[in-house]
Amino acid sequence: MTARFARFCASRALRRFVRGTSPRYVCPEAVTSADNKRGGATGKENTSMTRLLALILAPALAVAGLAAPALAQNGPLRIEITEGVIEPLPFAVPDFVAESGDAGQYAQQISRVIAEDLTGTGLFREIPRDAHISRVSNFSSPIQFSDWKAINAQALITGAVSSDGGGRLTAKFRVWDVFAGTELGQGMQFSATADGWRRLAHKVADQVYSRITGESGYFDSRVVFVSETGPKDERAKRLAVMDYDGANVQFLTSSNSIVIAPRFSPNGDRVLYTSYETGEPRIHVLDVGSVQSRILPTSDGVMSFAPRFSPDGSQLLYSMTRGSNTDIYAMDINSGQTRQLTTAPSIETGASFSPDGSKIVFESDRSGTQQLYVMSVGGGEPTRISFGQGRYGTPVWSPRGDLIAFTKQNAGRFHIGVMRTDGSEERLLTASFLDEGPTWAPNGRVLMFARETQGATGASSLYTVDVSGRNLKRVRTPDGASDPSWGPLQ
Amino acid sequence: MTYLPKVMMLVAGLGLAACTNPDRFGAGDGSAGAGAGYGNGSGVNGGYLEGSASDPRSSAYFNQAIGDRVLFAVDQSTLSAQAQATLDAQAQWLMTNSDYLAVIEGHADEQGTREYNIALGARRANAVMEYLISKGVASSRLRQISYGKERPVEICSEEACYAKNRRAVTVISMGMTS
Repeated sequence: MTARFARFCASRALRRFVRGTSPRYVCPEAVTSADNKRGGATGKENTSMTRLLALILAPALAVAGLAAPALAQNGPLRIEITEGVIEPLPFAVPDFVAESGDAGQYAQQISRVIAEDLTGTGLFREIPRDAHISRVSNFSSPIQFSDWKAINAQALITGAVSSDGGGRLTAKFRVWDVFAGTELGQGMQFSATADGWRRLAHKVADQVYSRITGESGYFDSRVVFVSETGPKDERAKRLAVMDYDGANVQFLTSSNSIVIAPRFSPNGDRVLYTSYETGEPRIHVLDVGSVQSRILPTSDGVMSFAPRFSPDGSQLLYSMTRGSNTDIYAMDINSGQTRQLTTAPSIETGASFSPDGSKIVFESDRSGTQQLYVMSVGGGEPTRISFGQGRYGTPVWSPRGDLIAFTKQNAGRFHIGVMRTDGSEERLLTASFLDEGPTWAPNGRVLMFARETQGATGASSLYTVDVSGRNLKRVRTPDGASDPSWGPLQ
Repeated sequence: MTYLPKVMMLVAGLGLAACTNPDRFGAGDGSAGAGAGYGNGSGVNGGYLEGSASDPRSSAYFNQAIGDRVLFAVDQSTLSAQAQATLDAQAQWLMTNSDYLAVIEGHADEQGTREYNIALGARRANAVMEYLISKGVASSRLRQISYGKERPVEICSEEACYAKNRRAVTVISMGMTS
């Protein structure tokens, strides 16, 4: 996991090359494009790889003795996620400058969401605004690095927001390596309709995260889930979609019938889910843009459930029950053609593709208890990969391909865990009365799952946890929530 | 393939022994044991209110006197002796009252993952359906569905509740209306 960055920055040739490149100030020249109807933001970096490298490989931190074990020694401003961050990196994000009169409220809110995104990862710590010495009142003014060094802000994010008066906002920003006294990457800008202002903030935060960790971000992403109200014996469920941080909840179905386990398509345009609308569980596919859904042509009069998209979005895996036997099938979504992948008389369900689409992981109780198995999409004998104590279910292949997340039940407790794809290095990340159904952040570094509390008044809510097991956090949702499925980075 | 239904059956029998105390079931929740209701309807020929639980042709009688549900051990779908006795009576009733159809609903307790529990509930519903068919009920009158852990009847997080949630319920309806 560290290999990518190691190769990226350890090249001596590159280092020599970039030393010859003056890491000089670059004005934001980013290109923007029209957003979509949801009020979303789009943006494009005016990339100059040599410039980016130059800035990332900027001179070493000037001040020694900072308690920042996460930072590469004698290196640039950098967090290695895999090294187990103990001390979050201190950063400052003064309120963005409002460059037009009506942008004021957004400028402040956007900088707040950026700060929440970054601190929410557990990798960063914000230096509170009342500790700031410098005020940034002009986006173009030179940075007073000494003022930011004095409060130990290792990273500084400055920005400005303007409104075109016609309902569109533009946010531009720069990231600074305070102790090196240089800019990290280039200034960029994004624009969106005013009601998409949170997406502007998430896009900026994704850039900051990405420049400092070397990983792609996950803030500008959405999660489809089941919104729950009412007691356990009268629970109403409806599909909903929200920003990754619980904001902007929108409902996709009514609560007239039971809906379970929605799953985002790889590009976020569709959602597969199981509904009891027809009286028995059937798989539906919903178009997110039009909020129209249709039933997939699985066999009539037979339960079908546990769908999941293939990495290219053209197929799904699902389970179908005939009599007492549940097996895994694949369907081509356009043609409706199906293929049976397992034929054991036991329960086979919870199938998930590997990111290259060549293999599937699923759960089966063919050994007597639920365990995880991997097999080729083409068929063949599955290989059991889970061998620990207890029962294993809901396997999900990481988008990076390196790990499989799962739910484990053992000794009356539930856990979310990860293991390598051969079953080795099992690691339990959580423990509670009932944790269930992990889903991966688009960058494969964070998992979201549902936690139901115990007892007659028990309720379900969503949590995130790092793949390292750190930073367990509840996601704020207006009502109860379960069965999250994390969509792509937008 | 090492699928072990026979072994499970033994284990299930043992496990269910803990769940067979009739005192656990309220009289009105329809889960009374198979023998419990027979006395109600017998010998009062014509003396009952039509449609009430004392009318042996009524769904109320089926639900309460015969018992509309059977219970299962943790993660099991085998039928205990008591469950079989209930189903014998259900089969007999369905054979007598041939204008009724039945949907068998399989359920699980909350101690399991959602989708696995749907498959487990299907096993339970199917075990009941196969049993009723084996006793002579026409398969065309029966249908099965699983709700997994989505529709508990009891909401505490203790075995007393879980035991009642691990169930298969035979829901009858008049043929014309369904």
